[in-house]
Amino acid sequence: MGSRRYDSRTTIFSPEGRLYQVEYAMEAISHAGTALGVLATDGVVLAAEKRTASKLLEQSVGAEKVYLLSDTTCTAVAGLTSDANTLVTYARQQAARYRTTYGESMPVEQLVQRMCDLKQGYTQFGGLRPFGVSFVYAGYDTHRGFQLYTSDPSGNYAGWRANCIGANSTNAQSILKSDYKDEITLSEAVSLAVKVLSKTMDSATITSEKIEFATLSLDKSGRVRFHSYSPEEIEGLLKKEGVNTQQPEEEK
Amino acid sequence: METLLGIVGKDYTLLAADAVSARSIVVMKRGEDKSRPLNDHNLMVFTGEPGDAVNFAEFIQANLKLYEIRNATPLSTKAIASYTRRELADSLRSRNSYAVNLLIGGVDPKTKTPELYWMDYLGAMVKVNHGAHGYAAYFCSSVFDRHWKADMSLDEGIALLQKCLHELRTRLVVNQSVFIVKVVDSNGIREIQV
Repeated sequence: MGSRRYDSRTTIFSPEGRLYQVEYAMEAISHAGTALGVLATDGVVLAAEKRTASKLLEQSVGAEKVYLLSDTTCTAVAGLTSDANTLVTYARQQAARYRTTYGESMPVEQLVQRMCDLKQGYTQFGGLRPFGVSFVYAGYDTHRGFQLYTSDPSGNYAGWRANCIGANSTNAQSILKSDYKDEITLSEAVSLAVKVLSKTMDSATITSEKIEFATLSLDKSGRVRFHSYSPEEIEGLLKKEGVNTQQPEEEK
Repeated sequence: METLLGIVGKDYTLLAADAVSARSIVVMKRGEDKSRPLNDHNLMVFTGEPGDAVNFAEFIQANLKLYEIRNATPLSTKAIASYTRRELADSLRSRNSYAVNLLIGGVDPKTKTPELYWMDYLGAMVKVNHGAHGYAAYFCSSVFDRHWKADMSLDEGIALLQKCLHELRTRLVVNQSVFIVKVVDSNGIREIQV
């Protein structure tokens, strides 16, 4: 195979003009638990599928896929959690530094850009492997209101109205594309996210142990409110959307 | 011996600086502009060692311009003031610190809310409705206290400024005859004659 000689080199192009390590990193992500985001007029939803649902696993550790980066930005990850932790720490530092310098919260796109600058560095400077994580960012700032971005290991990023990363993401994207409508409200976006997740996840029944859910919205005083759903709230949401009701029949 | 004055009005900020460049007891120049526009809706007026002050003001001006080019968004008055304060505070703890006092005034072009920040060379910053630097502060703070009120029209603001200048001309031992006065509102920055 033509790729072999260039497989191990993160920073050298193959004769076809490809960076294999970067492509492999993206491939790794396409097997990781799904993470998706939907942008609504009055908020943003992030939802993620957790893959490590062992009965013996302690659930008290808290969120493992959805992180708060600053008071106005949060992110859902797909890929290597350990790599994600490093990048999340970096992002939090950058956001905090911006706040101490300018006395205001960091505009969302700038934070995404900073993360991508770091990620890009690992595709150009040798001896290191790229970060094996993609992110879906949800955020709010006064310049552009609510925003949704994704970024991948190559350091590319883009803004979206709805998008999905991780396993089955092409499937999820096509559902999002057909079901997303302009002027969608936050509660409709939550329903859409549940629907997409239920259709793309491998497991027959969805439980609160397998997914994470978070929303970003504005409260009455105009402040950004990050809400990470508790297991009870997720169960309630799944019941309300009727996700698991038809499944038990098929299992028999 | 230098004077800076600032007033917040209904939808504008009024900034004034004496236009005298002096060294020791000698007036070197009249008509010196001690202000620098930071972007379309924010203005800085400054006093200090002449070289230091201009250098610092233009450094801030250039850095804010760079920010705008990099991020394609202008900074708010609050963000500009916080950034400038940070630079002053960091400078104070370096070997060669800037001895610059300033006022930063601006208007949010969307909401038309005016803001004024008072800052000294020690890196102290306060958001104020009216402010003064130099000996003028001793004379004008009381005038501001007595006559400043919220939502003043531009004419009222100019009248208040004239009261301050009159007080300075009658009571301050140094005669600062020339002032440069600038208004910042949602249309931008412009110089006016007072």
